[in-house]
Amino acid sequence: MLASYVPIVIFILVALSLPVVGLVVGRLIRPYKPHATKLMAYECGVDPEGDARDRFSIRFYIIAILFVVFEVETIFLFPWAIIYRRLALFGFIEMLVFLGILIVGYFYVWKKGALEWV
Amino acid sequence: MDINYTAILPEIMLSLVGICIMLLIPFVPRERQTHLGYLALAGIVLAFFGVAMGWGQTDLAFSEMIFQDDFGQFSKIFFLFVSTVILLISMNYLEQEKLFQGEFFVLLLFATVGMLFMATSADLIMTFLGLEVLSISTYILAGFKERERKSSEAAWKYFLLGAFSTAFLLYGIAFVYGATGSTKYLQIAEAIQASPDYSLILFVGLGLMMVGFGFKVALAPFHAWTPDVYEGAPIPITALLAVASKGAALLALVRILYQVFPDLSQQWQAILWPMAVMTMAIGNIAALTQSNIKRMLAYSSIAHAGYLLVGLTAHNPLATQGILFYLVAYAFMTLGALIVVQIVGRREEQHTTIEDYNGIGYRYPFLGIALSVFLISLAGIPATAGFMGKLFVFSAAVQSQMYGLVVIALVTSAIGLYYYLRVIVSMYMGEFKTEKIPITISMPLRIILTLLVLGTLYLGILPGSLLNLAEEAASF
Repeated sequence: MLASYVPIVIFILVALSLPVVGLVVGRLIRPYKPHATKLMAYECGVDPEGDARDRFSIRFYIIAILFVVFEVETIFLFPWAIIYRRLALFGFIEMLVFLGILIVGYFYVWKKGALEWV
Repeated sequence: MDINYTAILPEIMLSLVGICIMLLIPFVPRERQTHLGYLALAGIVLAFFGVAMGWGQTDLAFSEMIFQDDFGQFSKIFFLFVSTVILLISMNYLEQEKLFQGEFFVLLLFATVGMLFMATSADLIMTFLGLEVLSISTYILAGFKERERKSSEAAWKYFLLGAFSTAFLLYGIAFVYGATGSTKYLQIAEAIQASPDYSLILFVGLGLMMVGFGFKVALAPFHAWTPDVYEGAPIPITALLAVASKGAALLALVRILYQVFPDLSQQWQAILWPMAVMTMAIGNIAALTQSNIKRMLAYSSIAHAGYLLVGLTAHNPLATQGILFYLVAYAFMTLGALIVVQIVGRREEQHTTIEDYNGIGYRYPFLGIALSVFLISLAGIPATAGFMGKLFVFSAAVQSQMYGLVVIALVTSAIGLYYYLRVIVSMYMGEFKTEKIPITISMPLRIILTLLVLGTLYLGILPGSLLNLAEEAASF
């Protein structure tokens, strides 16, 4: 019974050693020349301004939710596109219905002015 | 692919009309947004036609996701009826409170879709989706008076506790899936029947699911949110939560316990028995000391959930029939009582203490008689729907030889008499104080109230017709 846990233990050990080995080997091989720009927090290439722990506009929240909604939409689109031929016309119409409902939401949000930046 | 669109025709109609209203909202001027309620009403009427199209058919539609049977049809008609009443009173309410936002109707329609799915679902995932659609809509609706602290507080409490309890339900579903290898009702039932040495995982799953549903039905010890949320929410939404949300969760629970876990009835009866006792006792005893009528009705709704649970514990065909009957009776009297509370509350719900009812019986005879009938029915006095409902539910429990439970139920409902009658006493014997704003009753509300009073009395004197319908619906 206990023997059946051996693979799990091995798996955990391998999982733990992977990042450790990677970091150690990297540290040994790479040249080490730190300077201010290199140590700066990375924010899409733009120089960071102030602390991240700050109050920010509630509008970001709405944008973030909208982003998630359309992100999920694309997640559904990928598997649909892969078996598109098998689903045939039925799948096409179903996806139109799905997109239609999302577009209504988008339209509603737009008209309500949630996308206007002050 | 096995798809039968007539099985979800009402849901499609409601969703389509809801989407149409969303498209219209930006184009309708603010003051006229309450008129969108008529469109929502048209949607519900269409949904009634949708139910009629599938009448009498039995099927397992959408790849065994949706039951189409008499139980489902009965529930659909029930929920559509409740939504119609709530829609009509909320149009009046929004006008009075100057809450001109068409989103209210959209959310109400979507909540109704959730209820319909819960009552007809044949798959635990579908039940979960229905519950989520219903819950998310009601979280927002409970906080619809955004400027009022109490309403926001209600929405937050309901949202946090609701999300937490939904997690329990989902966790339970996962355990049941782990134990049986399926989320489909019929396949789970088969898997349980096939291997009678039940695993612990299965019991854990069942228990967690009952926590999730217990929260939505407001059963003790998961009832703590009820009074605060019912008090803070706008009155039509209090009615929605007390009648429709509770009913949807209860009917889903009936289906799950009776159809999926009938073989484990001994075990879940052992859990439900003490829950029923606690729910009835806490509901009735806590209601005694309430001075706010909305809070009192919230505790009264907990007590009634307890009576329904007595029927659920009985586990026989008479019990299902009794529960369906009781639910309709409960809807009539609770909706009616809350409509009177809305009328007496006036603008911003300023008059919701029991003292505000002093002398109203003589000053406004119509309201006095209506509220008296509803409260007498809630107390379970003969010749009203509430009495008949209790009779059927309790006799189902007697049939299953649960004498102890029935005795406790009778004692607690006797305690309940006090707080219902207290309001009637203050209406007829309290001294009337001159009011700043006189009470006005709009014509639609007067008609609805009259119909609900007549319905309560009709079901109390001639319960036969509804009982026959419930009997047909009770055979899964």
